[in-house]
Amino acid sequence: MKLAIQVNEGPYQHQASDSAYHFAKAALEKGHEVCRVFFYHDGVYNGSRLTTPPQDDRNVVARWVDLAEAYDLDLVLCVAAAQRRGLVDDGEAKRNAKDATNIAPRFRISGLGQLVEAAILADRLVVFGD
Amino acid sequence: MPTSKKFMYLNRRAPYGTIYAWESLEVVLIGAAFDQEVSLMFADDGVYQLVKGSDPSEAEMKNFLATYRTLGDYGVRHMFVHQASLEARGLTQADLIEVAWEDLDTEQEVDNIVEVVDTDQAACLIAESEVVFSF
Amino acid sequence: MADLHTVNKSPFEKNSLEAAIRFSLAGSCILLIEDAVYGALRGTRVEEMVKAAMADKKVYALQSDLLARAIKDDRLIEGVGVVDYAGFVDLVETNDKVQAWL
Repeated sequence: MKLAIQVNEGPYQHQASDSAYHFAKAALEKGHEVCRVFFYHDGVYNGSRLTTPPQDDRNVVARWVDLAEAYDLDLVLCVAAAQRRGLVDDGEAKRNAKDATNIAPRFRISGLGQLVEAAILADRLVVFGD
Repeated sequence: MPTSKKFMYLNRRAPYGTIYAWESLEVVLIGAAFDQEVSLMFADDGVYQLVKGSDPSEAEMKNFLATYRTLGDYGVRHMFVHQASLEARGLTQADLIEVAWEDLDTEQEVDNIVEVVDTDQAACLIAESEVVFSF
Repeated sequence: MADLHTVNKSPFEKNSLEAAIRFSLAGSCILLIEDAVYGALRGTRVEEMVKAAMADKKVYALQSDLLARAIKDDRLIEGVGVVDYAGFVDLVETNDKVQAWL
């Protein structure tokens, strides 16, 4: 089964990103394909490399990065949502004249079309949100 | 794109209080480029998204009501509104905006694609679609 | 034609569970995750609604979210299935599509 996953909430504030992560991990471990994880709304905050959670708590961002490393996942932050909320990669920094970037490795910023395309390509779209 | 799928955008949130209504509308606008069969369903507080006469200028919020009126031009064929959700909020279809639709190829026109449906119809429409977007 | 409906809100906070039940057809599966697992408890004011839904729908709750919220199996409404994340994936696969009631 080919899955597309949509995450609508940021880390820690809401359980949605945790649920999405555990679901994605379980699916991958069962041999299913996750063709894209699309982060929308406040979900784009999952892609900030500057988060520093306390050591006795899970590291939500690092977990996504590690999962992407292990399974070559496509982690996409919505560009419109990212611009509103200050998530910046090299391309966005250049385009919008920002003096810094904060995107975590393995994440990329792209358009909403990536969500629609993933929904078309995948056998199932699974949404996690608030 | 390899296939055409029946898309359903399910809107259950009021506008302005959160960004979900506006950001889900953005997906509908972008999704038009993919030429899918697109319907929107408004239920629960989502019916408030279509109420006429909103003026968020004092609140300094973006006014996106006008965008709903253009959805016919973005390939949206149906905008369903759940009747019981309307009634529970003291609303009728007369309180809602109208959205026209025209097929540019066949010149077929529909004056208003906003359609009130009962619970059973809504359930069937959701079940018949192939992808449901929830925000 | 059967769908999986996921619900993640406490039924005492929001009407998402009620909406999922109302807008799902007979034969559907409803999976309670996150705070929605409180809807699987016996002896609450939503118990009758959930039981009525179970006449023609299957209701599941996610194990890790039950455990996190101190909900033991003997507190669950009879007939509610308990699944782990692997079971969640199986439900996604065996149903035609997934719909989230947020």
